[in-house]
Amino acid sequence: MAAHGGVRIVAVSPAARAGGVFAGQPLADARAVLTGLCTLDADPQADARAIEGLAAWCGRYTPWTVVDKVSCVPGDAGVWLDITGCAHLFGGEEALLGDLLSRMERVGYAARAALADTPGAAWAVARFGQTDERSIAVVPGNAHRRTLAPLPMAGLRLDAATVEGLARVGLRRIGDILDLPRAPLAARFGDALIRRLDQALGIRGETLSPRVPVPLLSARLPFAEPISRAEDIAAAIRHLVDDLCVRLEASRQGARRLNLVLYRTDGTRTGVGVGTSLAARDADHLERLFREKIERLDPGFGIELMTLCVPAADDLGPVQVGLDALNVQEGISHKAHEDLARLVDRVGNRLGPANVSRLVAQASHIPEKACREIPALAPAPDIHDGPHRSVQPRPLHLLACPSPIEVMAPVPDHPPVMFRWGRTQHRIVRADGPERIGPEWWLEDQPHDAASHERKSRDYFRVEDTDGRRFWVYREGLYKPGLPPRWYLHGEFA
Amino acid sequence: MVSISSKSCWPDRGPDRAVLKSLRARISRIESRFAEPSESSGVMTLGAPEIDEALPWGGLPRAALHEVLAGHQSAASGFCAGLLARLAGTRETVLWCGRGRGGLYGPGLAAFGLAPERLILVRARTDTEVLWVLEEGLRSCALAAVLGETNAIGLTAARRLQLAAESGGTSAFLLRSARGKVEPGPAATRWHIATALGTDGDNEMKPRWQVELLKCRSGVPGVALTQKGETTFGLPRSWLVEWRDGTRTPAAGGFAVAAEFRHRPADPVVDEITNRIAAKSAI
Repeated sequence: MAAHGGVRIVAVSPAARAGGVFAGQPLADARAVLTGLCTLDADPQADARAIEGLAAWCGRYTPWTVVDKVSCVPGDAGVWLDITGCAHLFGGEEALLGDLLSRMERVGYAARAALADTPGAAWAVARFGQTDERSIAVVPGNAHRRTLAPLPMAGLRLDAATVEGLARVGLRRIGDILDLPRAPLAARFGDALIRRLDQALGIRGETLSPRVPVPLLSARLPFAEPISRAEDIAAAIRHLVDDLCVRLEASRQGARRLNLVLYRTDGTRTGVGVGTSLAARDADHLERLFREKIERLDPGFGIELMTLCVPAADDLGPVQVGLDALNVQEGISHKAHEDLARLVDRVGNRLGPANVSRLVAQASHIPEKACREIPALAPAPDIHDGPHRSVQPRPLHLLACPSPIEVMAPVPDHPPVMFRWGRTQHRIVRADGPERIGPEWWLEDQPHDAASHERKSRDYFRVEDTDGRRFWVYREGLYKPGLPPRWYLHGEFA
Repeated sequence: MVSISSKSCWPDRGPDRAVLKSLRARISRIESRFAEPSESSGVMTLGAPEIDEALPWGGLPRAALHEVLAGHQSAASGFCAGLLARLAGTRETVLWCGRGRGGLYGPGLAAFGLAPERLILVRARTDTEVLWVLEEGLRSCALAAVLGETNAIGLTAARRLQLAAESGGTSAFLLRSARGKVEPGPAATRWHIATALGTDGDNEMKPRWQVELLKCRSGVPGVALTQKGETTFGLPRSWLVEWRDGTRTPAAGGFAVAAEFRHRPADPVVDEITNRIAAKSAI
């Protein structure tokens, strides 16, 4: 990496270190010391992505993973996993760590793993502690002080200045300060030292925020042999969905969002998510939602593990099947409402939920504000029939933006006799109007004087041309002699 | 020269309408190309007796595919909005799938009696997606009708939609521009909608269309047996149709025929043959 004094080495492999190359050495010196040295450009972003990917991949063991540090220096980068309650799935804590390290080794990472009751102790032991031949260290529950004592001070995650300061007074190992009085230590070296020590020993708690929020429910399905066919993937999804639906029913909930993650044999992962508009726990319906998305999943060299988790769920009471109770308010049966919800789910998951909508009226007399789109099954907001509801006819199609047109109209207030829109001329045969729609003067951001009120009023006319097409045009502003009037086309009638 | 008097071959007043209808039903059952809608899910009347009579089922069959060719996009949209409003009634939901920015305006739809909570709008990007949405809607049996705006679709796609409509009991409408190639397809009825000028002195400008029934399956459009015995064989019939406003009483909203156009074919030979057949059957 380019740094002060030219290009410097950032990370060194053990073989190169044996040959006399060290981190921080200028590249030219390194090449002089060790001929035949291979170098690669340091790429911090790629390193960050790799560590993120690794932390995400560790999600196969536990959903609670955190990236500890991004670095390309060997022995520096790390990932935290909180495996509370997950170890029994893998046959014990040591078996879990062994599985993790062997898979990482297969993909090409050389790693050390440590397991302890506190994050601080695990961090220290993984970096500085003694590990067995599989590079695993498990700290027994009551042996934290004993295990931490021989480790160097840097294992407490302190900054370099504090470590140096401690070294200058002869405190080099963690065991040196375990029995010292705390107040002078805190006064001399700061609160951080005591805090880190307490966190490592478990006296003070430390929480790690997981990378992604931990889902409420999840199911996993490992495969003895990697699968890659679409039918097998579909069958596995069905199995997972059935499992989850049973557990949702037991907890009287319905899923609103489901995430499927596939772990491939080469250490990568891919996934897909579906959402529902109403809480659902019908296995057929959920499986159909996934069926649309199976083609987009790339199995790569094979999938060895699938997990399905429910990040969001809603309460859903027990549903009576087989009886078509009439929903008195809606007027349609409960089953029909469910069928409609499922249709909206399927269409929304394929096209995007924003593209399935309903129109609701809004309390405004300005035409473009009188109507808006809401998601299809959301309950309609209460709009009472107020004075804003116009009895005048409105067009079937409204342009998103009123389009300026050139108009020939007798002054001052008569409807147009001819107008040109784009390149076509329309000769008016019949017209009706005007309907005056004024601006909303009660809104805060509108100017309140009479002149601007006149300028923003619109006089709408319904006109019919020689073809029989009926348009809704308006003139903006009242007629003022000398000023050319501005005309716009706002919509077309049926 | 022996002349067989027509009186012995033909009944007195012309073929009886009920007899013809039952014969037609038997033929279609034998051919089983199209089940009689009264057996499956019913027929929706348009509210205009002249158009209802021209259709062999007495109205639009519910579980079928209908094509609407649009001479003008908004005119056809209005006609379809009226049809969907009548199909939705007060309890059922309809789906309208368009491409690009739809632009349907809620208050404008209310004039046709289509309440906003009865309509679901879907925006798709391609024809394939529109067809997929229509098929999903037809198979779900939760809707009264679906409408899709597409370009010309192929025969297989139309056949799939028709089968899905029949099995689900839901009506399907395909709204497309009249400019493309119009090929024979499995649709039960095919309409052509164009704009129509209002009459002089009518400043209300109610919705008005020139509606042409181009074809309908298992029946010949326009076989109207009037008292005079005039018949037109296989020629499209067109009407000037208005919409009766139903905002205050939704049951009253419907189509009303203002006038009927006699469709004159351009080919004199066909004209001659038609006249001869008409003359023979009038005897």
